[in-house]
Amino acid sequence: MFAFIIRRLLQAAGVMLVVGLIAFSLFQYVGDPVSIMLGQDITDEDRLRLTRDLGLDQPFVIQFYHFIVNAVQGDFGISLRQGQKVSTMLLDRMPATLELSLAAAVIALVVGIPLGVFTALRREGWAANAVLAFSLLGVSLPTFLIGILLILVFSVHLGWLPSFGRGEVVKIGWWSTGLLTVSGWKHLVLPAITLSLFQLTLVLRLVRSEMLEVLRADYIKFARARGLTKRAIHFGHALKNTLVPVITITGLQLGGIIAFAIVTETVFQWPGMGLLFIQAVQFVDIPVMAAYLCLIALIFVMINLVVDLLYFAIDPRLRAGIGKVGGH
Amino acid sequence: MNPLQQFWDSDIAWSWRHSSLAIVSSVLFLIMLVGAFGAPWLAPHNPFDLATIQLLDALKPPVWEVNGDATYPLGTDSQGRDLLSGIMYGTRVSLLIGLASVTLSIVVGVVLGLLSGYMGGRIDALIMRVADVQLSFPAILIALLIDGVARALAPKDMHEVIAFPVLVGAIALAGWPQYARTVRGSTLVEKNREYVQAARVIGISSPVIMFRHVLPNVLGPILVLATVHLATAIITEATLSFLGVGVPPTSPSLGTLIRIGNDFLFSGEWWITIFPGLALVLLVLSVNLLGDWLRDALNPRLN
Amino acid sequence: MKPVLEIKGLSVEFATRRGVLKALDDVSFSIGAGEILGVVGESGAGKSMTGAAIIGLLEPPGRISAGEIWLGERRIDHLSNAEMRKIRGREIGAIFQDPLTSLNPLYTVGKQITETITTHLPLSYSQAQQRAVELLEATGIPAARDRIDHYPHQFSGGMRQRVVIALALAAEPKLIVADEPTTALDVSIQAQIIELLKRLCREQGAAVMLITHDMGVIAETADRVVVMYAGRVAEIGTVNDVIHQPKHPYTVGLMGSIPSITGHKRRLVQIDGSMPRLNAIPPGCAFNPRCSKVMQDCRDHRPDLMGAGVSQAACWLYKGLQ
Repeated sequence: MFAFIIRRLLQAAGVMLVVGLIAFSLFQYVGDPVSIMLGQDITDEDRLRLTRDLGLDQPFVIQFYHFIVNAVQGDFGISLRQGQKVSTMLLDRMPATLELSLAAAVIALVVGIPLGVFTALRREGWAANAVLAFSLLGVSLPTFLIGILLILVFSVHLGWLPSFGRGEVVKIGWWSTGLLTVSGWKHLVLPAITLSLFQLTLVLRLVRSEMLEVLRADYIKFARARGLTKRAIHFGHALKNTLVPVITITGLQLGGIIAFAIVTETVFQWPGMGLLFIQAVQFVDIPVMAAYLCLIALIFVMINLVVDLLYFAIDPRLRAGIGKVGGH
Repeated sequence: MNPLQQFWDSDIAWSWRHSSLAIVSSVLFLIMLVGAFGAPWLAPHNPFDLATIQLLDALKPPVWEVNGDATYPLGTDSQGRDLLSGIMYGTRVSLLIGLASVTLSIVVGVVLGLLSGYMGGRIDALIMRVADVQLSFPAILIALLIDGVARALAPKDMHEVIAFPVLVGAIALAGWPQYARTVRGSTLVEKNREYVQAARVIGISSPVIMFRHVLPNVLGPILVLATVHLATAIITEATLSFLGVGVPPTSPSLGTLIRIGNDFLFSGEWWITIFPGLALVLLVLSVNLLGDWLRDALNPRLN
Repeated sequence: MKPVLEIKGLSVEFATRRGVLKALDDVSFSIGAGEILGVVGESGAGKSMTGAAIIGLLEPPGRISAGEIWLGERRIDHLSNAEMRKIRGREIGAIFQDPLTSLNPLYTVGKQITETITTHLPLSYSQAQQRAVELLEATGIPAARDRIDHYPHQFSGGMRQRVVIALALAAEPKLIVADEPTTALDVSIQAQIIELLKRLCREQGAAVMLITHDMGVIAETADRVVVMYAGRVAEIGTVNDVIHQPKHPYTVGLMGSIPSITGHKRRLVQIDGSMPRLNAIPPGCAFNPRCSKVMQDCRDHRPDLMGAGVSQAACWLYKGLQ
């Protein structure tokens, strides 16, 4: 088990290194490194001096090493567009994205899992069919369209909820939260629902198909042959076996939420990291792009690691060290 | 019995005939296909021909509303361009990119999957490792990254020319791992079959024969994957275009149209964004429904 | 004394998109208390289907279209699911082929046994746990008290099937339906498991319906045997009679195709053709296309079970015999 953790950590470090390489290449080969570091208006003399000082005439590997050292400390230089330190900008906007993502994740799980179980257990009836139709729609609607539609109905026509920004925020230390004000919550509703919908339908369909698969398994047949109650079979045996793969796959989906936040933040002008990234891509603001890339990669790698460990903790077959067993 | 009759009698045709959902979605998809690729002949107006555009006709609502005009059944945008025609051309762009990226993705995925399964060893490990890592990143992020980098690398005037290939490439790249996995699995199964072992003993290594056995087995699963992938590709392209980093504005896709229309949401000209949106949803929905039906039809149920 | 299980004219149908298939057609037999009845036949002959129908776990679109199933004094084929649930486990126990997939990998063995006991018997949890340990010991699992907290994957194949047997017997049913209980096991373990099953059932006085395609197992274990063919009963008799004096031509062919170590070597008998698919059962006797003794009657009229000396066979050869 210990060896497993070590191995995964090494893998994670490897992936981060590759990502760092890509980000570093962005710096080196796309655009001018010196201007990236110091801005656009410098004299030729300064440029020459700085090139030597900054070691830009040094071999690739040494520069890469410096880059890594800086990156680990969170220093990615200065934004080409804003002129501010990239790290400050990202940290500023991180709470917005994280709160939105968390809200969306909670909605997706709290609504998606029960609905998935419901449609797996109840195959007939109008309620189950309605949920399935809704899930099909949810997969077919792109996130930005959902946002637009929600804005159209709830902001333009009904005027109940606001359609852009975060509302009033309260600063607690370095973190700014919108969860402590009424206006903050009101602003959170539409974006959170928009962001959660796609994931919700994915979770719903996943839980449903997993549960249907589990209900066909031999041990369920044997459980029925033993005369166990419906409740024991459905919510004891079937549910437990369903949730094991679902938890892991859902963990990975959570990464998708953070990625799709880019779109949601654009539609609702939500001041998060995603919106920052899009503006950076449109403006070709390399430092921001590189920094966002590294940060996202880090988050993903961590999510993957946690999910792997979770799988380990839940499935007794893995704990015995037999290796990965994917079946039921 | 001629081949057509044979097909009509086959399991899959039977399943299609008896599923009203499959028939409806096929018809819907067909309509959109015809409308999209037949746009140059079928569209009532040409939204790209500046000579035919009347600024005076700008912002007309759909025909059933008060100020509606029958020549523009779904209304016009701020430049006076007919929305219906715009949608038809836009659907064509969306479909082209979707189909192209899925095809490219399948080619790359199948080749890599065959390679991985047949060669085994380090090549296999490498390809699968890359696939694994890539699968853990959402497609849109990968597409955004590639698009952003290409945009940064190319000089400004080249942007329009390379936009299409980059977009197709980016979306395709995000999708190949699924196909590769499936094909690899099937290749591994075939590799262990007796006839391959026998050939090896004799001294012939028979990759071609093996692939001939692999391909019929993977056709079904790949088809199902492809429909899901097509839906995702269309959505991804629409999202990228909506964000402004997709197709160039000279050949707008449905995503671009939605973005343009978004600005008019609050001033009351809802149709400019809603109708392209509706077209997009119907397109993706029909593909998804077909994919769902296909998955059920190809699933070995009744033996 | 009424038999533990009696099946009269049982028919099971499947509605498929190409028409209605008859998986079981007018099957009748009975099992007495403490008796072991073997049900033998090729794959697809309907053995497992009969078992499934008895415990009420026919997979839709299969359904019982005719006939009656009697458990003791009680008719059970038309009971609701809820009523059937009370019977399963408590009065009828079931054992299936693959012990690995029959057990939930995420639950300890103890939990699965205790759960079954508390569902059917009015015992407290700790009493049930105690009983679970006793059951494991009875099925020959060493260090039962420790192993009660182990997961299924921590047992070997033979051990797992012992756990399955313990589970099936947990609520002391009077009928056990065992569907290919040894097929998935090593040959060396098969004998042990069969012995165990025989002993435990004798001790509890339970009747056993032993479904298998392995005649060797039947010969060792069963008292009487039912030979099935294409969803119908071909022959019923005591094990000795059916094996040494088979009456139905199909049974003759079956016995002739078993190699024997003792006795003089002879060419193995092979029956030409194969069992018909459910959608292509010939009219009259289902075996007639392959039968060496076929008569015109066989092609026109389907034979019911009739007396054929010591056993009963569904064959016109024994028409009018008494």
